[in-house]
Amino acid sequence: MLLRRSDVKRYIPSSALERDTGTAGVTATLHGQQPRVSLMGTRSVLFEAPGAFELAQQRRIWALADAVAGWPDIQEVVPGVTNLLLIFRTPPVDPEAARAALLAAWESLPPKALEGRLIEIPVVYGGELGSDLPAVSAYTGLPPQEVIRIHAEGEYTVCALGSSPGFGYLHGLDPRIFMPRKSVPSLHMLAGTVTIGGMQTGVSVATGPNGWNAIGFTEIAMFDPARDPPSLLAPGDRIRFRIARVEL
Amino acid sequence: MIEILSSPALNTVQDLGRFGLRNHGVSTSGAMDPVALAAGNILLGNEEGAAAIEVQTFPFRVRFLADLGFAVTGADSAARLGEMALPPWWAGSACRGQLLTLDTPRQGARAYVMLPGGVDVPQVLGSRSTHLRGGFGGFAGRPLQPGDVLGAGRTEIVRAVGAVPPDCALEPVVAQEPGCLGLRVLRAGDYDLFPPDAQHRFWDTCWRISPQSDRGGYRLSGPPLALERPVEMRSYGLVPGIVQVPPAGEPIIQLSDANTAGGYPKIATVIEADLWRLGQARLGSRIRFVEVAYAEAVAAMQPVRAYLDRLARLAALHRSRSAPLH
Repeated sequence: MLLRRSDVKRYIPSSALERDTGTAGVTATLHGQQPRVSLMGTRSVLFEAPGAFELAQQRRIWALADAVAGWPDIQEVVPGVTNLLLIFRTPPVDPEAARAALLAAWESLPPKALEGRLIEIPVVYGGELGSDLPAVSAYTGLPPQEVIRIHAEGEYTVCALGSSPGFGYLHGLDPRIFMPRKSVPSLHMLAGTVTIGGMQTGVSVATGPNGWNAIGFTEIAMFDPARDPPSLLAPGDRIRFRIARVEL
Repeated sequence: MIEILSSPALNTVQDLGRFGLRNHGVSTSGAMDPVALAAGNILLGNEEGAAAIEVQTFPFRVRFLADLGFAVTGADSAARLGEMALPPWWAGSACRGQLLTLDTPRQGARAYVMLPGGVDVPQVLGSRSTHLRGGFGGFAGRPLQPGDVLGAGRTEIVRAVGAVPPDCALEPVVAQEPGCLGLRVLRAGDYDLFPPDAQHRFWDTCWRISPQSDRGGYRLSGPPLALERPVEMRSYGLVPGIVQVPPAGEPIIQLSDANTAGGYPKIATVIEADLWRLGQARLGSRIRFVEVAYAEAVAAMQPVRAYLDRLARLAALHRSRSAPLH
């Protein structure tokens, strides 16, 4: 790894570094909580922002992703949902330096606003391919029609792509239809399944195991390896789900 | 060119993986035993990361449609060319019409078949690895089937040469107990969320690799590791080797075909230097996690790298001393 303590000054505005009192002394507080920085093996560092799942936090993640992409020896920068995975080419000599640099950058960088496109996704709600709709209804205490109405009325923002090719993590799900992920994942969920997982909703893009709750289905293609870019969605895009049909 | 005669299921073309597209949700894919893939390529004078066939179901049989070199590494699959038994980790040449057969391994889980210049399939998004869930890369984005014909990057024959397999060449790195593979791990970000008794069970248990395991990940069977209260995590990017604990409490080690992101609590990460050993661990076999310090985990790659470098020097020497064959 090429990033050392001495490098931190080159990449971080000095105003941010004035708070640096040694690696352990870098504090970053937001609503009284600190970001969490942890190792994932020897070459990866995960930064997790504190606070609620809010677009404001995601804009700071987008800014952080831009900044760290220019750091030395970076192989991949992977924004997640209010978090960021940083993969180095070679193991950092001093992972504490990376931690300090991430915390300092997080505190100093202005949020990055992304103005994406508006994309409409037609959905067949319920039925065999939305087989967890009754469970969502039971968990939320709302009739299935109401779950569908709330889901289709929302406008969602793509925070990040990840998990499967072209899958978008969306912000904007109404808290009334939050539903925890399943304790045991479904082993064979079809691509195109519209799902709720915790406080997020999404469209599965590949057939296979999935821990989210299926509420509907769409035939729109989210990923094409021959396309450039291959993904339909990009961070910052806004999504609306349109009720194509309801099967109860 | 070779023609696939027998390939029961889920044998695919893989290279070292597809990188740089995690931010599109594209998992790396790639050989489950990258050391075996690199070693086989080295024996043939290929780039270390040239595409090869990863064989995980047997019997696997191909017919050579021309005189052609090949290498077989990885699991000891009693490879034979025609009726002639081949040593493990071997490169040689076949005559047109000869059959190469790999049988259920006596040891290990995955064998690799390399061709000169690599298996000739198109690069998709920067790699020749098969992305099974996405249905792209490798051979038509799918597992190999009888009747498939694969070309080689170079049509050449090679002089026979072998390699000492890494599990013989490399010292055992952690005290191995019979029937339980020790794997070195670093703690991951959510380790401290687990109560002390769950932490102890994580280290003390000889976990069984469940039959519901594949290239995507190994599901482990053993006493569940419960959190004090369930935590709803936000999806975060992950790397092969990460050990996550779903709410049911039995850990999953995410591997080559794992999703690029997930939201389960992360307790540890198997270090890169031990992933090839894990890739050769069979379903139903047992593993134990052994904690190492960061510096030790970093240093652990050095013997693996040294093994491949030495093999490359010996293979180059062998080639330079061999009279040209064509």
